[in-house]
Amino acid sequence: MKKLLPFLAACLVLALSSFIVLRPADAGYQVGDKAADFKLRNVDGKMVSLADNKAAKGYIVVFTCNTCPYAKAYEQRIINLNTKYAAQGYPVVAINPNDPAVAPGDSFADMQKRAKDKKYAFPYLQDETQQVARQYGATRTPHLYVLTRQGNDFVVSYIGAIDDNSEDAKLVKTKYLENAMTDIIAGKPASVNSTKAIGCTIKWKRA
Amino acid sequence: MNQLKFLVLAAAFLLLALPGQAQKVDVIKLPELQKRLSRPTDTTYVVNFWATWCAPCVKELPHFDQLTTTYAKQKVKVLLVSMDYASQLDKKVKPFVQKRALKSEVVLLNETDPNTYLDKVDTKWTGALPFTIILNNAKHKRATFEQELSAEELQKQLQAFVK
Repeated sequence: MKKLLPFLAACLVLALSSFIVLRPADAGYQVGDKAADFKLRNVDGKMVSLADNKAAKGYIVVFTCNTCPYAKAYEQRIINLNTKYAAQGYPVVAINPNDPAVAPGDSFADMQKRAKDKKYAFPYLQDETQQVARQYGATRTPHLYVLTRQGNDFVVSYIGAIDDNSEDAKLVKTKYLENAMTDIIAGKPASVNSTKAIGCTIKWKRA
Repeated sequence: MNQLKFLVLAAAFLLLALPGQAQKVDVIKLPELQKRLSRPTDTTYVVNFWATWCAPCVKELPHFDQLTTTYAKQKVKVLLVSMDYASQLDKKVKPFVQKRALKSEVVLLNETDPNTYLDKVDTKWTGALPFTIILNNAKHKRATFEQELSAEELQKQLQAFVK
């Protein structure tokens, strides 16, 4: 028994560490799930929660970052989404989940600079513990979640991509997110509520 | 019709059988990739989806390319699928492949809408890079990894297929 205990402990450590490395990609929210609120630091230094904006009918939550070429390719489109949908009650909330130790260009100071340079008219929050990204099940940047208000709760109404052409916005044939927003704003469930996109892996903290 | 099928199969077989053609990069569409992933052979395929702009991909790429040498005498085939835009083929992908002197076959998947092709490659793929599939269709074995793999991890996972 004395010998068995350290062995079992080792097994447990091994099992836990492999769990961290091989975290299932399908964990996290599905459409229809209630999204938990969060409290994250914005580039202006203030803490932001979903509950803060009482007028919001919902949010377009975007996991994005400074460093990923796909995030950069979609940056202007994300800015445009905010312009279009904030006016209709669905502002963008951008969250950077990357560990700056792994992705140095994603430090809080770099985020501040980016938001200033590109004149973000929406919060750009640092998910320092990566808890929010894990809870949502975000795997990549950019990765979008549309939330709709139901009383004081927010329900996930769409997960996935912005459109079908990351390289060239002019060649886009299907605007997945905007199509979903049209349905959602009309009070209907999105007819296509889940789409996939290529992106950069979230830079998780090294275990 | 049968003749056509045979020709297509023969062409696919030839493409797969050509060894050491690493310096060229074929641009392929989804059906071609699907065909390659579904061949009912006892060859174990290690298919790595990467891009020149993806830092973790570039970091792990040598581990994959090394397998082509390490497993040269076994039925293991490494296929490196670049997810760079086709417009970057000559500017980025080919120079990268040359510079790294990659020994494994490199193709570029020329598709624009991930929402239509990702599920057809593998339903478990949410779209993050790097993504790796190890498969052996004769043994009905398939494993996927939506994460960066270390050399040790990759060896370990592959061993389970070639034993």
